[in-house]
Amino acid sequence: MTETYRDSGRAGLEDEEEFVDILGERRRSSDIGFSLRTFSPHPYRGALSCSTADLNNAVLESQYLRYMAKEISMETGSSVEEVREDARGILEEMSQNLQLGFIRLMAYVLSKVLKRLFSSVLVNMEGLNALQQAVQESPVILMPNHRSYIDFLAISYIMFSYDIPVPVIAAGIPLAGMKLVGEILRRSGAFFIRRAIGSDKLYWAVLSEYVKTIVRRGFAPVEFYVEGLRSRTLKSLTPKLGMMHMVLEPYFKGEVYDITLVPISISYDRVLEESLLAHELLGIPKPKESTTGLLKASKVLQEDYGSMHVNFGRPLSVRQLCEGRINRGQYNLVPRDLPQKPSEEAQACVSWLAHLMVRVQEEGSLISPWSLMACLLLQAPATVLSEEGLLWHQLTEKTLWLRKLALDFGARLNWPGHVPDLDVISSTMAIHRSVVHRKAGRVFLVQEDEPARKHPVSPEEGVAKMAAAMLMLASYRNQSVHVFLRPAMLATAVRITKSTQRDELFAFFCFLQDVFSNEFIFIPGKSSQDFEEACFLLKKCGAVHVSQQEVTASAAGLEVLSFLQGLLQPFIDSYQVMFRYLCEDAVHVFSEKQFHPAVRNLATNLILSGELHTYEALSSDMQKNVLSALRRLETVTKLRASEQNEHKVDQAAVRRIGDVLSGKIPPQMLQTPPDARL
Amino acid sequence: MLGNTSDRQRIAQQRLRIIAGHLQGPVDGDSAILAAECKAQGSKTDVCREGKTVPRRRQEIMKWNGWGYSDSKFLFNKKGQAEFTGKRYRLSGMIIPGLKDWMEGTFGANLQHKTPATPLLTSSAVQPATLNKAFLEELKSTGIPFSHDAEDRVFRAHGHCLHEIFALREGKFGRVPDMVVWPNCHNDVVKIVELACKHNVCVIPYGGGTSVSSALECPPEETRSIVSLDTSQMNRILWIDEKNLTAHVEAGIVGQDLERLLNESGYCTGHEPDSMEFSSLGGWVATRASGMKKNIYGNIEDLVIHIRMVTPRGVIEKSCQGPRMSTGPDIHHFIMGSEGTLGVVTEVTMKIRPMPEYQKYGSVVFPNFEQGVACLREVAKQRCAPASIRLMDNEQFKFGHALKPQVSSIFTSFLDGLKTFYITKFKGFDPNRLCVATLLFEGDREKVLQHEKQVYDIAAKFGGLAAGEDNGQRGYMLTFVIAYLRDLGMDYYVIGESFETSVPWDRVLDICRNVKARIIQECKDKGVQFPPLSTCRVTQTYDTGACVYFYFAFNYRGLSDPVHVYEQVEHAAREEILANGGSLSHHHGVGKLRKEWMRDTVSNVGVGMLKSVKDYVDPDNIFGNRNLL
Repeated sequence: MTETYRDSGRAGLEDEEEFVDILGERRRSSDIGFSLRTFSPHPYRGALSCSTADLNNAVLESQYLRYMAKEISMETGSSVEEVREDARGILEEMSQNLQLGFIRLMAYVLSKVLKRLFSSVLVNMEGLNALQQAVQESPVILMPNHRSYIDFLAISYIMFSYDIPVPVIAAGIPLAGMKLVGEILRRSGAFFIRRAIGSDKLYWAVLSEYVKTIVRRGFAPVEFYVEGLRSRTLKSLTPKLGMMHMVLEPYFKGEVYDITLVPISISYDRVLEESLLAHELLGIPKPKESTTGLLKASKVLQEDYGSMHVNFGRPLSVRQLCEGRINRGQYNLVPRDLPQKPSEEAQACVSWLAHLMVRVQEEGSLISPWSLMACLLLQAPATVLSEEGLLWHQLTEKTLWLRKLALDFGARLNWPGHVPDLDVISSTMAIHRSVVHRKAGRVFLVQEDEPARKHPVSPEEGVAKMAAAMLMLASYRNQSVHVFLRPAMLATAVRITKSTQRDELFAFFCFLQDVFSNEFIFIPGKSSQDFEEACFLLKKCGAVHVSQQEVTASAAGLEVLSFLQGLLQPFIDSYQVMFRYLCEDAVHVFSEKQFHPAVRNLATNLILSGELHTYEALSSDMQKNVLSALRRLETVTKLRASEQNEHKVDQAAVRRIGDVLSGKIPPQMLQTPPDARL
Repeated sequence: MLGNTSDRQRIAQQRLRIIAGHLQGPVDGDSAILAAECKAQGSKTDVCREGKTVPRRRQEIMKWNGWGYSDSKFLFNKKGQAEFTGKRYRLSGMIIPGLKDWMEGTFGANLQHKTPATPLLTSSAVQPATLNKAFLEELKSTGIPFSHDAEDRVFRAHGHCLHEIFALREGKFGRVPDMVVWPNCHNDVVKIVELACKHNVCVIPYGGGTSVSSALECPPEETRSIVSLDTSQMNRILWIDEKNLTAHVEAGIVGQDLERLLNESGYCTGHEPDSMEFSSLGGWVATRASGMKKNIYGNIEDLVIHIRMVTPRGVIEKSCQGPRMSTGPDIHHFIMGSEGTLGVVTEVTMKIRPMPEYQKYGSVVFPNFEQGVACLREVAKQRCAPASIRLMDNEQFKFGHALKPQVSSIFTSFLDGLKTFYITKFKGFDPNRLCVATLLFEGDREKVLQHEKQVYDIAAKFGGLAAGEDNGQRGYMLTFVIAYLRDLGMDYYVIGESFETSVPWDRVLDICRNVKARIIQECKDKGVQFPPLSTCRVTQTYDTGACVYFYFAFNYRGLSDPVHVYEQVEHAAREEILANGGSLSHHHGVGKLRKEWMRDTVSNVGVGMLKSVKDYVDPDNIFGNRNLL
């Protein structure tokens, strides 16, 4: 059962899978005609269409909300009527208002936009056909990854093109605030969720009843991002469990026979927001979502973004996945529409499924040649990239070598077969000329040039400039990091422990999973399979010999192992920098606000002194991940009383983690058992 | 108070004669009701045995490898039309034109592909009896009739689970009882049980043989001699108490005899389980049976006033007939549902009621099942359920339709057409979604009509349309013939069964949908080549929930071990029921078929309680059918 995602992620991929460019047709015929096409989807059998008013009413009148209103009114002292009025307000702010007319408008506009941005939008027909079938059989949850604003309506667009019911989509509330656009999105099926809901009981209640009602009624698929946010780093994010639990609960409680999860992997050759993202990671806030902002951003329409791949994963039955993981009888003794704290079993099941979905998304994503090149470029010294330049033929050779490794590891590559390899690499470089350029047989990193330079660049500014480009590269590397991750962790274990003993390597492997499980996606409880997979893949490419007790590096495997170790190195180094900061004498109690700039300062100095070779410690995303990891490992604790989000750090424990990570002490010395997060 | 038995008897007889006279005009008193005790009988001619359904040699009138009477069965005649043979039922002798198409359409069955049953029982295929000589000798001296004829033994080795009947049709017999005894009265049973204890013989009580829980299966690991204790000859109404409206009845009587005999005196129990033609009073008590008209009369636990049961420890009974007692846990509840593991129920005092003045069938068509369930829920809420109210889903509605006998006149067929037109075209009901509720009202004419109006008014609120008495009546008739229909299916590669549960109201729709879907999916997963029939009906309403009945059948062509597949699917369906908050059983009982879920159902302590009762009452496991625990 745990292996299901493997077949699913790669269903049909043994052979060249058939991706069809949906823009092909759009370029041949009129967009107006397309947007006015007869749209006749077959919804979930038995589901009647459901107007916004009906739906909202059903939610407000639900036993669950009535109960919650009573409970909240008792707690707050306001009358039940007032609470219900509040609930109505929340619902109005939240609710979608899906209308075919607006879908048509969306189809028209998106046809124009997509054609302008992308050379092609490629969709796997096999997945789409399976989805078409699945939609008729049970309520469907569409679970795309989220890498760009543009993928927000992309799924709806494809559904519309192929007569599949258009989904209702969970969106962040800021989108609703955009003039006009917010309303258009709402009518295209978006419903809006506040960001920090925290402990707002009523809000949770309305939201969950709303989502559950949609799932139960099944009149439209529900689309949501299990990662919660658009990933700023293009790396999968640790899944959020709230929404996942809401969509699964109708199955747990027997209100529907089954629910179908459809993981969708959207991959871009080039992401629209690339430079914006890098700046955000360096602490420059993203512009607020606004309609004027959107219009200003229209200059992005001038550029070439290559192609976009939308890979619909095989529909997965929740019933099958959850077999043996959830005892549905646990809901037998309390009315199902009373609020109940989910059992540990249910929570574990939801978490497992959510992680599984993200892994399937990862495996379904298409790796571009550029991402492979980014992996390689990041392993060159920064000065080479910025000053001397990397030899072009070296880069191409290495890229082709890496392509082979990636294929060995089972990656799906977006590498056109009918074009000579060198042309593929060149055209990839061309699309990304904002990041690298080629001059006299050498490849250089493009650094931002500020038009009005008033004073010479300070060393710190130099670092920041370089950082933006490096983080962009890192983001593209992240698109493929999951392909190499598990073998890379084993390679790292081999290097750091200097051991060949399987159990020692496994212990270190688990330790790495534990430390990095906010950074990368590991399915809870699957460490040993992950380890086996790593052994298998390294053995497959000839990098190690594996026996019952031992894993030994082979002479021929040096290149692979050193590449893999190099891939993980920036993460290890950056984590160490942050551990180092937290172990400084002055830092016993710190606030998150202080943490980011302080780490950035330390990292900048270390980079300038040549001690640190990666720029990734500057990324706010990684900084947050370290904090989350340490909190999870209970070495950093949030101070309850503190209003500034202050944290207390157990420096000895942090030091110990750092020591294990650098190989000074073996992981067995740590108290936390592997997979403590379960 | 009356001191001696003969006085009491005389007066009771006289009283009965008078009532009978009122109701039936002049008849010979003896032929109606006889208040008799076991010992008073014997020498006299056995008057009340005449007109009794069940002879000792059941195989003389009943099928040995199928349901019901030998003379009644479905078959396809030479023209390829289905007909129902015999004279016993309303449907008997009629042509059922729609059945063939329905069977072909629903199951992909084909009249060319037959799977006939082994016609005759070959005694040589039956294991020779393991007899306990000492027991046998002493039994002979009591004069209680017994037999170790192979046919008699095979007949009592099974109930009516699919796997049991399937094996019989193939001429396969597993462990069967080694002998059959026919006690005539309570005292006979006392003697048999004493002897069984003395000689360590295993006793399995046998009533009507209609069990669908593998309760009658002999445990294959049983090495002792197994005696099947057939209660069918203990079938007298011993007395009727008109002042308190109770009747004292021997537990072997079958439902139809009990009702008929009481009717002759102007009374009824109103207890009408679907199996009432063959199932016995003792069996009802031992399984906690439920009757179709429980809304008026109650289930068996509501009907029973007094029970006498013979156990290895002696006879258990209460000392009075108070209508309710606070005397610790009710010992009746150790007996009811004990499924033959503790002893033999020999005599029962039950409530009786004057026969209803008026009966009226009815039916309501709903646009969909959801509306139908909502209506039943409302009826239950208002506590105005008729004697019976059942809601069939769309598949079952179609099934019922297929069983319509050939209409006699053009006029009726025209009317039928008109009705269909009105419902589907004019009212816009989707023929693939609509469902029908069948109703049965009973009582004073006036009240029935009033009651009927109330129910139809509620139905109208849920989009229901009255669909006539005929549809209703046919619905109930179906109940009695459906078991015959399974035999027909088995002639053509179709196997099936029904099973039931009870569930809170808010889960009724969910459980129906999920269990039906699970059945379909499991069939697919297990390689069944044809889509199965997976259908349900809500058959009983309670204040807080309902009883739901599932029918499930499929065409097994292409499967090497159809019964195993069938059992896997039924097992999965039961898991689904339990996961959806349904009970392990509403009235079929646990037997051996559902034992594995008992612990989860009643908790460890619960099982322990039941065990300790068994250990006290029957330490040597004389009643060794191994049901329940």
